[in-house]
Amino acid sequence: MAAPRPTILHNRVALLLAAAVAAAALTLPFLSFAPNRLLSGRGIPLAGALAGVVDAPWGWAALLPGAVILAVPFLRPSRAVSAVYSAAGVLFAAGLVWLAGAHAAHLAATSAPAARTSFGAGFWVMEAAALLAAMDGVRRLGLPPAWRIAVGGATAALVAAQLAAGHLDQLSILKEYANQRDVFAAAVLRHGLLVAGALVPTLLIGVPLGVLANRSFHVRRLVFPVLNVIQTIPSIALFGLLMAPLSALAGALPGLGISGVGPVPAVIALTFYSLLPIVRNTVEGLDGVPPAVREAARGMGMTRRQVFLKVEVPLALPVFLSGLRITLVQAVGLAAVAALIGAGGLGAIMFQGLFANALDLVLLGAVPVILLAVAVDAALKLAVSLAVSLTGRRAA
Amino acid sequence: MIAFEGVTKRFEPWVAVDGVSLTVQAGEFCVLIGPSGSGKSTLMKMVNRLIVPDAGTIRIDGEDIAGLKPEELRRRMGYVIQNVGLFPHWTVERNIATVPALLGWPKARVQDRVAELLDLLKLDPRRFRDAYPHQLSGGQQQRVGVARALAAEPNILLMDEPFSALDPITRGALQAEMAAIHKATRTTIVFVTHDMDEALKLANRIAVLDHGRLIQFGTPLDILTNPANDTVRDLIGREDWGLKLLAVETVGQRVRSDGEAFGQPVPGTAPLRQALAEMVARGTDRLPVVDEQGRPAGVLHLSDLVRP
Repeated sequence: MAAPRPTILHNRVALLLAAAVAAAALTLPFLSFAPNRLLSGRGIPLAGALAGVVDAPWGWAALLPGAVILAVPFLRPSRAVSAVYSAAGVLFAAGLVWLAGAHAAHLAATSAPAARTSFGAGFWVMEAAALLAAMDGVRRLGLPPAWRIAVGGATAALVAAQLAAGHLDQLSILKEYANQRDVFAAAVLRHGLLVAGALVPTLLIGVPLGVLANRSFHVRRLVFPVLNVIQTIPSIALFGLLMAPLSALAGALPGLGISGVGPVPAVIALTFYSLLPIVRNTVEGLDGVPPAVREAARGMGMTRRQVFLKVEVPLALPVFLSGLRITLVQAVGLAAVAALIGAGGLGAIMFQGLFANALDLVLLGAVPVILLAVAVDAALKLAVSLAVSLTGRRAA
Repeated sequence: MIAFEGVTKRFEPWVAVDGVSLTVQAGEFCVLIGPSGSGKSTLMKMVNRLIVPDAGTIRIDGEDIAGLKPEELRRRMGYVIQNVGLFPHWTVERNIATVPALLGWPKARVQDRVAELLDLLKLDPRRFRDAYPHQLSGGQQQRVGVARALAAEPNILLMDEPFSALDPITRGALQAEMAAIHKATRTTIVFVTHDMDEALKLANRIAVLDHGRLIQFGTPLDILTNPANDTVRDLIGREDWGLKLLAVETVGQRVRSDGEAFGQPVPGTAPLRQALAEMVARGTDRLPVVDEQGRPAGVLHLSDLVRP
């Protein structure tokens, strides 16, 4: 047997992430410091942020996990290395946030109250690389998807703890939060209500439509072209298109409490967009039930209702839930755009920031939208994998 | 007893089943055979009303099934199909218990019945009871399929090409199992196949269908010795017709009581074809024959095989 060629490179993904971390640390600004929220800031490199942390002399230790991320591409792969890699990703992600918070506090103590410290490009690149490293480690360990959620949750918990302790209060995004405190919670709630408000009619219409389309070729031929066309209409255009008829309706029936702007057209438009994935995946899920299984169920003497509830629904559930996942993630994102027609929600904060040229206010709206989407995505992926394991795999 | 009386089914523009009348006796193993599109599956599926006839009546023990609720009718019959159709999200146990559960049997009775059926179909309960269908081989899946069909102790078992997707060895084993189950339970079986060897091996009577019409209905020996037309002759296969004939008669039917022979005896219940194979393999023209208890029953000569 030939001796294995000596190699120092063991993991290409890790190498890419390490290169990103190294490049971002050396060349991109870690933080940005501006005298007030409207002026553009001056970049602070990672080394500068580190040197500035005088209140915590061991602050550089927050970056130690970064050294692990840099080293892993050159280590022989093993379960231990993957576990350490994943943990280093989590700790580095939290450590970067901690460092940003600490330096922002340091700067705040020595400058005018209007001064702002924001995350720089270097922070974002390293934060993303750290999270990807955490997930890559989980993947290499071959752990079930629930572990990814656990790792994401651990990172979120470490950041949440810093938030709760007030450690991040001097960062610009939290200063924006302090200004918006009274509307922020309402915006999150409104955002959730928009999504939920669209979900209910979507399920009430989409699921029966999907079942019908599975049963009838004619319905299928009618439904999908319509839904596909709706899906191609840009969201702003659809919001706009709904304004005219709804305004007319509001004029004709003032007692109904609807209008051409506000949450009602937003919920209607979101419902239109949500129908396609729900109907499509309902149909696909039911189509996936093997004909022999249906025939056997009928031949055993199940009623139509029993065939549907005992056989078709459980077997179609995983595909249906993936449709629900797509629908919800899409609706969380689209609901942000609905702010343009006065529907409120986190989009309102984003657009307020855009119009005021206050980037951190945009972030205050965007970051929760992203977190909401990621959380919904993770929860439904978990539900899909649970449904798959409960319903077994299809017979070959 | 299942009586078809002038049963017709059209799938426009063609006629799938055309005025078929035949009666399957209680406890009989009746095989429906014919080329593809002959209407054999359609005819069978009308028994459990998966297909409703356009004309004619089907009676079970004298009762017209058109007046029965299809679900109740089906729960009284076992049903086995070629693609098995086990419920992939249920364990073997729950699959087998499908009809008893629909009938609302008490839990303990269902469990006992499942254990009994796993035993009958030679499936080790420890290994298979909690397994899912995708963990089973094709042959094991169809064993579960047969067990599921037998679960509620039906008087009638409908089998639609149940073994044609299996490899020859597995198929042979399951055919032997079916013959034994039929012998033990005397369930009325309607079995659809396009394989004449399978039909000859299993059937008490064979119904040959072609273009939706009943061409011939008779015992395997009838079919072989008096084929009604060329379609039947084609199904039998012209080249090894003689060997098939040897397969439907037993050694016991031709044995002579005098003379003697040496070597490993053949049982009187074995088909003549097996005796011929033994003679060729051993290079002899006579074999000792024993009865079911293993007592000497006489001798079979090579010339006995060709006796008219």
